Amino acid sequence: MSYDFRNTPTIDQVGIEERVARFNTRSIKKGTKVQALKLALNMIDLTTLEGKDTEGKVKQMCYKAIHPHLALPDLPSTAAVCVYPTMVKTAKDALKGSSVKVAAVSTAFPSGNSTMQIKLLDTKFALDNGADEIDMVISRGEFLKGNYNFVFDEIAAIKELTHKYNARLKVIFETGEISTLDNVRKASDIAIYAGADFIKTSTGKIGVAATMPVTLVMLDAIKDYYFKTGIMVGMKPAGGISTAKGALQYLVMLHETLGNAWLDNKWFRFGASSLANDLILQLEKEARGVYFSKDYISVD
Amino acid sequence: MERIEVLKTYKIFIGGQFPRTESGRYYPLKLKNNMTVNVSLSSRKDFRNAVVIARGAFSGWSARAAFNRGQILYRIAEMLEGRKEQFLEELKQLGYTAVNAKKEIELSIDRIVYYAGWCDKYQQLNSSVNPVASSHFNFSVPEPMGVVAIMADESSALLGLVSVIAPCIAGGNTCIVLASESKPTCSITFAEVIATSDVPAGVINILTGNRKELHAHFSSHMDVNVIITCNSEKDVNKTVGENASLNVKRVFVWNKNWNIESEQGPHYITDLQEIKTTWHPIENIGISGIKY
Amino acid sequence: MAKKEAKKLEYFTDWKYAPAPEATDHIRLQKQYELFINGKFVKPNSGKYFDTINPANEEKISSIAEANDKDVDLAVKSARTAYDKTWSKMPAKERAKYIFRIARLIQERARELSVIETMDGGKSIRESRDIDVPLAANHFFYYAGWADKLEYAFPNRKPQSLGVAGQVIPWNFPLLMAAWKIAPALATGNTVVLKPAETTSLTALKLAEIIQESGLPDGVVNIITGHGPVGASMVNHKDINKIAFTGSTNVGKWIQKAVAGTDKKLTLELGGKAANIIFEDAPINQAVEGIVNGIFFNQGHVCCAGSRLFVQESVAEEVIRKLKDRLETLIVGDPLDKNTDIGAINSKMQLNKINEYLKIGVNDGADMYQSSCSIPKKGFFVRPTLFLNTSQSHRISQEEIFGPVLAIQTFRTIEEVIEKANNIPYGLSAGVWTDKGSRIFNMTSKLRAGVVWANTYNKFDPTSPFGGYKESGFGREGGLHGLAPYLKF
Repeated sequence: MSYDFRNTPTIDQVGIEERVARFNTRSIKKGTKVQALKLALNMIDLTTLEGKDTEGKVKQMCYKAIHPHLALPDLPSTAAVCVYPTMVKTAKDALKGSSVKVAAVSTAFPSGNSTMQIKLLDTKFALDNGADEIDMVISRGEFLKGNYNFVFDEIAAIKELTHKYNARLKVIFETGEISTLDNVRKASDIAIYAGADFIKTSTGKIGVAATMPVTLVMLDAIKDYYFKTGIMVGMKPAGGISTAKGALQYLVMLHETLGNAWLDNKWFRFGASSLANDLILQLEKEARGVYFSKDYISVD
Repeated sequence: MERIEVLKTYKIFIGGQFPRTESGRYYPLKLKNNMTVNVSLSSRKDFRNAVVIARGAFSGWSARAAFNRGQILYRIAEMLEGRKEQFLEELKQLGYTAVNAKKEIELSIDRIVYYAGWCDKYQQLNSSVNPVASSHFNFSVPEPMGVVAIMADESSALLGLVSVIAPCIAGGNTCIVLASESKPTCSITFAEVIATSDVPAGVINILTGNRKELHAHFSSHMDVNVIITCNSEKDVNKTVGENASLNVKRVFVWNKNWNIESEQGPHYITDLQEIKTTWHPIENIGISGIKY
Repeated sequence: MAKKEAKKLEYFTDWKYAPAPEATDHIRLQKQYELFINGKFVKPNSGKYFDTINPANEEKISSIAEANDKDVDLAVKSARTAYDKTWSKMPAKERAKYIFRIARLIQERARELSVIETMDGGKSIRESRDIDVPLAANHFFYYAGWADKLEYAFPNRKPQSLGVAGQVIPWNFPLLMAAWKIAPALATGNTVVLKPAETTSLTALKLAEIIQESGLPDGVVNIITGHGPVGASMVNHKDINKIAFTGSTNVGKWIQKAVAGTDKKLTLELGGKAANIIFEDAPINQAVEGIVNGIFFNQGHVCCAGSRLFVQESVAEEVIRKLKDRLETLIVGDPLDKNTDIGAINSKMQLNKINEYLKIGVNDGADMYQSSCSIPKKGFFVRPTLFLNTSQSHRISQEEIFGPVLAIQTFRTIEEVIEKANNIPYGLSAGVWTDKGSRIFNMTSKLRAGVVWANTYNKFDPTSPFGGYKESGFGREGGLHGLAPYLKF
């Protein structure tokens, strides 16, 4: 399907914020809460994207991904781990035999300021090492210059390569840099029509990461596309979500925007590192009936 | 042989024209010079026709630039000043003393000039930007109420008429006025002034006739937004108020002495204004929370 | 990407929210409530009481005193005495401090008031907690500050109080309407006799307790309960200087007739049938939210509800599809549940009226669409309802239903929609959704309505004047303009 950015609907920011505020008044209790906490845990892309990453750090994180908390054995694993391409092999080995996927950030993450050639090579390297998912970044400079076709084409090119490996493509907008909700919506439409499997808010590398208003705009784009085509696209807010309460609010918003079909880690992910332990803290509280301490939950 | 004077037939004023009453009825009015004038005794149907015309004129008049309305009001004053002698004579024929006639016409002219100046100012005094607690820009502005039916002061030939018409049209309303029954001639001469003052046809319509007969129709018509009575009898006001409830007309009982120089003010304009409040969201600057 | 047949999205099947009821154990209600006259709770002369019930479960909550003419007279006398002896003589800044005090006490008792409002009236606790009660407190706070500044509001005009104000309020926002009435009346130096609606007297009586607690001089505010005749008796009372009424247009017209030829000053805030207009360039998803908020807020028991939807034809299909989808996520049920979006219809009578209109709509040939949600077996509930393919001449497009029922029409041009929007005897409010600034200003100047919400809907604020054109009444409440109806010059 061809894409005409002029058809992108405008966004009223205050309206979006009011809608978000409504989601946040939902009261999620008891069984509903336990179900959601586990779901959220199962939706996490456990992430380490640091210059100081080592194989050792990645291995530890992979173990945590499979076994989030030994004291509660029936907890699900996280959805994936998210690492730099050079760590894909390490992660892949560490996760062998589990359902946890390996996602690799690529295309000159986080700035995306490199040549197409290098971006493709970067992606190919990750895929050759066994990455199940590619988290690419768009060229925000080109986007802000109005070169929407450039952005569309680069996403399409990476998608073509990714799909060759039967991997799934997540497209990161770095919403904190493209600044307005109108731009977020435009980027969402460009990425979706260019063939993204997931759209993702942020790299986690700048001050402003995922927010609920931004995520809602992206969910609306996904919904509009689904209404038009029947094709589902996934969503990944990343960065800035560190509390169970916050995660539940995201799930309420997801649920009441896209419905039951998206309540699955095939269609929704949290890009986060510290969220897992806060979810566990709450799960322990629900299981034990007393408030829990982080001293009893492993940090990896 | 003495020259025979050409006498004027006093007709009514609807839509910029001077028709006779459709009813063909009249009432005789004896002037001080012992001449008798046959004044149109307007009917319910004349009023009906005038309302249709006034309604038609409303959107255009209310959409005029306020500055333009001010110019037109000022033009009325200019025209009136030019015809001062004629009004003096007419007022005398209605029983005004020379002093009172002079006061009546001069105060009328001055009052129109006064309201001409208000045309593009009352809005600023009566509008507001409302500091609501949410992220919205909210403002309230006056808007003319629409078609105004006026039963003018019985005791006054011109000033009572002018004192109500001027604030009414200054604010963008259109009107149908029932002139003083006992002093009707000036009102029709005033209509001639209006007809030559760039006032769009239908903005001001003037009827002559019997208040007891017409007040029930003035107040019951469903396409009239406002009814004003000036120094009317209590029972007239009661009927007017009751009939007004048929379509929730705004009712104003202005029992005033228009001869007082200070009996004027922007509140006469804004009484005939609705207040409209508009809300619009205010986007915050940048979703990334940039401060400025 | 997974290819799927484009079909309806499903909600609440795999993840149903557990009940989250607001606690009621801290609520203290008496078995029987008396009239609040001259600072005391007194038994009614009629000796009669009527039941107030919870419309969500039809259970009796309490008994309410039924006032008669003699009680009205007592209340007016007490208000008159308070006016003559205390209130009109008190320095304005002291008057202000009492009103501030009332605002603060409402804030302190906000949770209690919200829960009672929800129990007695059926509105969702989310709305009474987040909207009604805070706005009521804010209204007192706002007008308190005006009390000693009236000269600045009306320069050169020497504003003076009127005397005794008789105020009759509806059941849709019981406490909030009481605040809208009492706060400006007190700030301008008048004393008050207020009658709440018979189905929702409780928060007004709680307000009476608060007023007692505030130390407001006896008789400055009197609150008398009962049915229509109590209001009629107030309207006809010789010693009342001002009537302020919010309610139906029919009753409003009756009141206007009744006070005709008297010196009583009158404010009427009556019915509405607002047009909510969606242009093709609107922020569509927010517009859909606005439509939902416009008609389903407070079960549609809102005089300014956006009950006539006009959608430009080029986006009509999309908007209606989204609206239908959004309907599925509205939770209808126990008003005390924090997750409830649409609570109970206020009374059996109102429920019957709404159901009657549903029948009329269907019989007149409009297509009815309702949310598939389940509604409780007990209590008064209506599913959120859309009527598609309606025209101006349908009764459901002309008459105020006062329920969660939306009549949808499409339009092609701006001239057409302006004409249709104004083609109604009402003129309270309107909504406009477009991305084009110049069109918003065009629309707001052409729509004959007292409040125009552009790219938003159903917003209220103490500083913002509210009131109608045409048969929606006259006078404004809120803001500086809300002072004038309680003053003479």
